Amino acid sequence: MASAPTVDAAFLDKDGNPLFHLEHEPHHPEGSSTMLGFWIYLMSDCLIFACLFATYAVLGGNYAAGPGPKDLFDLPLVALNTAMLLFSSITYGFAMLAMEKNRVAATQGWLAITGLFGLAFLGIELYEFAHLIHEGATPMRSGFLSAFFALVGTHGLHVTFGIIWLVTLMAQVAKKGLIPANQRRLMCLSMFWHFLDVVWIGVFTFVYLMGMLR
Amino acid sequence: MSPHPASENSGIWKLIFGRLDWSAVPVHEPIVMGTFVAVVIGGVAILGIVTKYRLWGWLWRDWFTTVDHKRIGIMYMILGLIMFLRGFADAIMMRLQQAWAFNGSEGYLNAHHYDQIFTAHGVIMIFFVAMPMITGIMNYMVPLQIGARDVSFPFLNNFSFWMTTAGAVITMMSLFVGEFARTGWLAYPPLSGIAYSPGVGVDYYIWGLQIAGIGTLLSGVNLIATIVKMRAPGMSMMKLPIFVWTSLCSNILIVAAFPVLTAVLALLSLDRYVGTAFFTNDMGGNPMMYVNLIWIWGHPEVYILILPLFGVFSEVTSTFSSKRLFGYSSMVYATVVIAILSYLVWLHHFFTMGSGASVNSFFGITTMVISIPTGAKLFNWLFTMYRGRIRFELPMMWTVAFMLTFVVGGMTGVLLAVPPADFVLHNSLFLIAHFHNVIIGGVLFGLFAAINYWWPKAFGFKLETKWGKRSFWLWVVGFWVAFMPLYVLGLMGVTRRMRVFDDPSLQIWFQIAALGAVMIAAGIACMFIQFAVSIMNRDKLRDTTGDPWDGRTLEWATSSPPPDYNFAFTPVIHDGDAWADMKKRGYQRPVSGFEPIHMPSNTGTGVILAGLSVAFGVGMIWYMWWLAGLSFIGILAVAIGHTFNYKRDFYIPEDVVESTEGERTRSLAMQG
Repeated sequence: MASAPTVDAAFLDKDGNPLFHLEHEPHHPEGSSTMLGFWIYLMSDCLIFACLFATYAVLGGNYAAGPGPKDLFDLPLVALNTAMLLFSSITYGFAMLAMEKNRVAATQGWLAITGLFGLAFLGIELYEFAHLIHEGATPMRSGFLSAFFALVGTHGLHVTFGIIWLVTLMAQVAKKGLIPANQRRLMCLSMFWHFLDVVWIGVFTFVYLMGMLR
Repeated sequence: MSPHPASENSGIWKLIFGRLDWSAVPVHEPIVMGTFVAVVIGGVAILGIVTKYRLWGWLWRDWFTTVDHKRIGIMYMILGLIMFLRGFADAIMMRLQQAWAFNGSEGYLNAHHYDQIFTAHGVIMIFFVAMPMITGIMNYMVPLQIGARDVSFPFLNNFSFWMTTAGAVITMMSLFVGEFARTGWLAYPPLSGIAYSPGVGVDYYIWGLQIAGIGTLLSGVNLIATIVKMRAPGMSMMKLPIFVWTSLCSNILIVAAFPVLTAVLALLSLDRYVGTAFFTNDMGGNPMMYVNLIWIWGHPEVYILILPLFGVFSEVTSTFSSKRLFGYSSMVYATVVIAILSYLVWLHHFFTMGSGASVNSFFGITTMVISIPTGAKLFNWLFTMYRGRIRFELPMMWTVAFMLTFVVGGMTGVLLAVPPADFVLHNSLFLIAHFHNVIIGGVLFGLFAAINYWWPKAFGFKLETKWGKRSFWLWVVGFWVAFMPLYVLGLMGVTRRMRVFDDPSLQIWFQIAALGAVMIAAGIACMFIQFAVSIMNRDKLRDTTGDPWDGRTLEWATSSPPPDYNFAFTPVIHDGDAWADMKKRGYQRPVSGFEPIHMPSNTGTGVILAGLSVAFGVGMIWYMWWLAGLSFIGILAVAIGHTFNYKRDFYIPEDVVESTEGERTRSLAMQG
């Protein structure tokens, strides 16, 4: 052991405040940067959507003598689809509330319902796409349709990965319970899921509703 | 070139190998084949040495799977240096071709090869030399300068590195199997569309960049979170070392810019693979949409590259003038303003698009405005040197060379920012000279300053100066000889990417430029000799203090190389120049009272995911759909499997910390 004054000189000044070093290891809660990091990632994802929206804004009127939004969009169907996604956001919220109360079964139940709403959304979207393609309105038909399929399809792809992630997390909650690591992961997916909801509001307004006004 | 008969007849071949067949191997290109043979011989030799000395286990455990930000930083630097040799080989081949192809001579490169070379040169130098090297420096230095043990997400850091490497592997593969893009480094459509580039070249380009881009983006997220969350107690934002500030801005730009590249390349792939009409001439496509989007990424990209090196120059100037940096807060604000403005200037890359006088004026003015904060920085460096005790060590020499060179590059940049002037100079060699002037004079000189400055921190011995100075003078003089002729040629109206010339009066300028390139080649050789000589004489050049330059920031407070945990005790910060402040106040290094230290564990997942990504890329490039599908499923499975591993950390026990620190105590005592 070295002499005590040396140690003190490195750690504390004469008033007992930390001088050059902390005397004890600070406790970093595990994953303390995760929320911030995931949020930054989401913002980068948001920029991908921004590019796709911009592309749609530029190319959205280029029908190349093909069909336009009024000929193609079925608003009641899209409204139903929107409802599916909005409900899934609410049920995810319920899952998080159940998680806060540490109720594993309720959390899992609400997550499962969220996943089913997500699947319903995807099913309706795929039906819409199949219908459009059947009508000859393929992504190759015009700049407008390319931009439409890219924007809506990218959102759908995100929902697909969200569902895969959701199932993974349900397996992990089943295995380990609502431990802090799993709670953190559920929080991340929650942000992701609500983010997709917000993007969809943009798609619904900008592509579908305003498309009918073009 | 007739395709191999098998590819025409056999459906099974197509199913397995897609469009890959024997014609993809460029046997008719002696230069490429010679390179291939050399690479194979070199590769086999390296693999043999690693096997003979049984280094595989060590490489895998201590390097490939490491999550230590310092080792990952060094691996980034090695990747950058290796790719630099490839990128420079492309450069000198172009210089030779252009000096040669006069008076009816075709030179020695055919058009097919030459067009790939100028594309590969740009892509490699930006994505696989400059980016890995700045990421490497930031990776190594940022956690040390903020007094952290590692980055926020250590596994992600390892994964990012391997994804960058995967992109480099795919790009290099194109040299020997198939071809690279012949479109120029930004692959403008419709030339890069499937109608005009039906081969695999553009697909190599797309997948190399997409895969490396994932790594870049994630490392950006990681470093932002690290700087925001992991700073030592007492280090408020305005006490951050200036290099950390510039790194922060650079990483914010990465996160704000790279998604745009991802999106625009994804749309280009859709055009190529699915037949959509985003950037086509017909069916309602709009090629200028691509040009806009790619420059919305591309312009911030050049600031991503230069900002961290502005930080390096600031650190070096302050250290070697033995003074606090002049105008710290103005430096911070200048950096932030540059970062914001870099987003408002992209259109200056295509004033000739014809968007009209008002739009061009707006972008011309925003471009010129950038020179104001940049000028402020330059004055800050000059005032830091003013009345300082300047030590002209190698890092400082590079910094002074930067100041002289960069100012000229900046002035030609302002010249190009004037739209009417740009209509004359657009796509001319004047532009080429301008951006090499700022990228070599700024980014590369900055990297060399950083390498000479921080090498002793990373390896525990200084780089020797004799070969360093030779490298310095050859580089700096070589740069001026190589690029000033291009300004002249550009003003005379010579456009970029030309393979042969009609006007014999131009030849002398190209010959001077080629001479400059040869001098730079000698400078590069001297640099590698400098590394080799320093490693051989490392005992003579040894630095046991951990602080060989009388440094001012926290990285110099620990040993060289730093222990795995960086600092035995978490530092407490009272001043911007934290280490200078500690030394001034009679800092005593604690020698007892150690505690176990919490650290992240190594993992091989990053290597495996990157390997699968290469397979995925190859599958997509060659239309081997089964390979692409299987490797994509593999990526998902490994990534999900990784999340089932909850044990990602361990503690370095007290006695290990104590013995490591005890060794340092002894070496400091011996040195007196």
